Amino acid sequence: MDFLVCISKAPDTTTRIAFTEGDTRFNEEGVQFIVNPYDEWYALVRALELVEAQGGKVVIAAVGGADCDPILRKALAIGAHEAVRIDAAPEDAMQVAAELAAYAQGQSFDAILCGKETIDHNSSAVPAMIAEHLDVPCIALCTSLDYDGDKAIMTRETANGIEKVAVAGTFVLSAAKGMGEQRIPNMRGIMAARTKPLQVVPASGAAAGTRIEKFALPPEKAGVKLVDADNPAELVRLLREEAKVI
Amino acid sequence: MKCIAFIQTKDGQATKASLEAAGFAASMGEAVAVVSGELNGDGGLGAVGVGRVLQGEAHLDDGQLARLVSAAAEKEGASTVVSAQDHLGKAVAGRVAVRLGAGLIAGVTAAPSGEGFTRNVFSGKATARIVGNTDKLVITTTPNAIGMPESAGGTASVEAFSTDLGDRKVEILEAAAPSTGGRAPLPEAELVVSAGRGLKGPENWGIIEDLADAVGATTACSRPVSDIGWRPHHEHVGQTGIAIRPNLYIAIGISGAIQHLAGVNGSKVIVVINKDPEAPFFKAADYGIVGDAFDVVPKLTEAFQAL
Ligand SMILES: Cc1cc2nc3c(=O)[nH]c(=O)nc-3n(C[C@H](O)[C@H](O)[C@H](O)COP(=O)(O)OP(=O)(O)OC[C@H]3O[C@@H](n4cnc5c(N)ncnc54)[C@H](O)[C@@H]3O)c2cc1C
Ligand SMILES: Nc1ncnc2c1ncn2[C@@H]1O[C@H](COP(=O)(O)O)[C@@H](O)[C@H]1O
Repeated sequence: MDFLVCISKAPDTTTRIAFTEGDTRFNEEGVQFIVNPYDEWYALVRALELVEAQGGKVVIAAVGGADCDPILRKALAIGAHEAVRIDAAPEDAMQVAAELAAYAQGQSFDAILCGKETIDHNSSAVPAMIAEHLDVPCIALCTSLDYDGDKAIMTRETANGIEKVAVAGTFVLSAAKGMGEQRIPNMRGIMAARTKPLQVVPASGAAAGTRIEKFALPPEKAGVKLVDADNPAELVRLLREEAKVI
Repeated sequence: MKCIAFIQTKDGQATKASLEAAGFAASMGEAVAVVSGELNGDGGLGAVGVGRVLQGEAHLDDGQLARLVSAAAEKEGASTVVSAQDHLGKAVAGRVAVRLGAGLIAGVTAAPSGEGFTRNVFSGKATARIVGNTDKLVITTTPNAIGMPESAGGTASVEAFSTDLGDRKVEILEAAAPSTGGRAPLPEAELVVSAGRGLKGPENWGIIEDLADAVGATTACSRPVSDIGWRPHHEHVGQTGIAIRPNLYIAIGISGAIQHLAGVNGSKVIVVINKDPEAPFFKAADYGIVGDAFDVVPKLTEAFQAL
């Protein structure tokens, strides 16, 4: 089995969010970047587990500039075999998906694994877009992936609970919690990652469908109103009469 | 301007998240709804401003749904397609955008006004105003963010719609029972009761369930609680779990780490119950009780039951 895992660079989860240039750009100063958690913890790890059990390889791909190389090396240290960076400044999901699809088109991956969303853009859009470009199914919000012969068996979260599905042939999935167990890279992995191939390929020049006009921070909370622990009925009254939420 | 609203139904009625999306579409222009499968009357769509419903065949997979919706948009000459940003919306909207060559603005959180649309970014730590570069646009609306449209009191006409949908590629083997025990799924829930490591162990969740029952809420939990298996993964809210925006979020024995807040900061009202007055969660809360959960929660349950 050969898997393509799409890896996005994301600001560390503890990052204090700030903007520059008249609130039109994310202020990256002092920000620590990580592999987007869903891509690393679930998509990448599950691909590695399957390859360890059945053979094949895991290729990781990111759309981005040289600033993505450290996170690609991190994913190589966890165990991915090869990395590809598609050299473009990512502006939106449409552009990113078109670039990833253009790369995947020329290869023969059994499956393309994405995270369920990036923790900076939170759009959950790229996986379905890749799938449409390639005319293959997209299993969104996937919580497990196994194989029964040539058939991929997956569970996914739906509005009504959990669904078990089967797909024959290539597909795209977006990984949610449950797909794999987080792995910490060890020294050997980190050393090995240095010499693993990281190929930079030119972008196809796909256009973005949207642009960010302005960022804003949410308004601060007014402050907490404390209620005495012996009088929870007062809390119920406030929720009802003041906040009007029940 | 014509807008297509992609609608999901349950027992022939449009889901709440889909009604919100339809209302959003109706506020942008002439709304035409697209559904797959059985509909009870007009499924409640006329009341939110939809004039016509195009009804396609049932049991379609994501690729087929995208073909159905895109063909409807082309036939109607619609410039905008709206869907809820829910489980199925996430699988279908991106595909429709690619088919139509339309930019996608996902997870919009405010009613349309002026140029561009507002959505959350950085897991709710900020918002962004997004503008399309394309003539056509696909927009998905975050459940429970925009609110239900005022009832227009109309009735929509329903007409059959068919197009070449291609073959089904996803085979459904099993659809398991709802994981939320009959309560609203977390992403759409209006009331949520959530607990963290302060509860000490899975055997103590009875008081949380009782409170949730009294409130009529869906239960949630912090990440460590689901990681250690005290609660199922689908209850994990936060930056790396599910993002929710209920009207009321009651957090019990949760410290309020930045990654937890990132998934719940869209809640309209936050109540925190924690024995530590210095717990960071109080800074993000609207109401709070400083006290021991094992003492406060049963009393709070009684107070709700007394309503
Ligand atoms: C990359 C990354 C991603 C993460 N993503 C998430 C995420 O998505 N969601 C998430 O929740 N966390 C996430 N975390 C973890 C987060 O940083 C916190 O560790 C976690 O939220 C803490 O969970 P908790 O509040 O249940 O436990 P604790 O931090 O241990 O807090 C327990 C609280 O209970 C209180 N307490 C104890 N006993 C009682 C009692 N008897 N009555 C009342 N109160 C009591 C304590 O005062 C304390 O405030 C993430 C961390 C990282 C590094
Ligand atoms: N720049 C990128 N390079 C590679 N993969 C990406 C990129 N952006 C997003 N993805 C993948 O698409 C998933 C969903 O991203 P999004 O649609 O932005 O929420 C992520 O979890 C990644 O797997």
